[in-house]
Amino acid sequence: MIKVVFFAALREQLNCAELEVNAGENTDSIAKIKQLLVEQNPQWQETFNNASLLSAVNHEMVDGSHPVKSGDEVAFFPPVTGG
Amino acid sequence: MSISIQTQDFNLADEMAYLEQDNAADGAVVTFTGRVRDNNLGLKVSGLYLEHYPGMTEKSLEKILETARSRWDIGRVRVIHRIGQLNLGEQIVFVGVTSKHRQDAFAAAEFIMDYLKVQAPFWKKELTEAGEKWLDARHSDTSKAQQWD
Repeated sequence: MIKVVFFAALREQLNCAELEVNAGENTDSIAKIKQLLVEQNPQWQETFNNASLLSAVNHEMVDGSHPVKSGDEVAFFPPVTGG
Repeated sequence: MSISIQTQDFNLADEMAYLEQDNAADGAVVTFTGRVRDNNLGLKVSGLYLEHYPGMTEKSLEKILETARSRWDIGRVRVIHRIGQLNLGEQIVFVGVTSKHRQDAFAAAEFIMDYLKVQAPFWKKELTEAGEKWLDARHSDTSKAQQWD
């Protein structure tokens, strides 16, 4: 399994804080997970098309081509605004 | 090196003590405090709500501090970032750096704040006269951080 978590404005837009997807060929990269989530939830398409969306794997910021395997924690979130 | 993510306020005298006590080696102490201001983009602001990504926040701050230590000759470093509901004038963030001489302390403190702004997973929701609104990232913050590349 792969745990997927969402934060801030993205979490509110999706009305979802976290979910799980099965690990497999269709979830072995950030880009593929995004694609799967949109297939499962067509209403999320516009939100996930937002190019400024950031992603992390196991608490490290990564880009879309980054590999993902079973047991990883994947996060999607808007650009950060702390400080 | 010490990092805290907390809901409660912090006391500047305590943080100065952490940086200075039994530390006669460092002649320079630079600190920055960020506070909730009452205006943003032309709207009156009444407060903030701060969310973060537990686990990743600490990891990303540790990495920023390690980078600062590799670039400048610095002594003690203290970073505090508050989360949750914050009212006008309240302290949000603290960065304190000591070093033998001022140049390294100034540069490292500024670097840490600039990188925190664009890499640490915190998000601000503003409570304004027009309602609640998640803040958009500022392009100026990204370009400011890129100056250190």
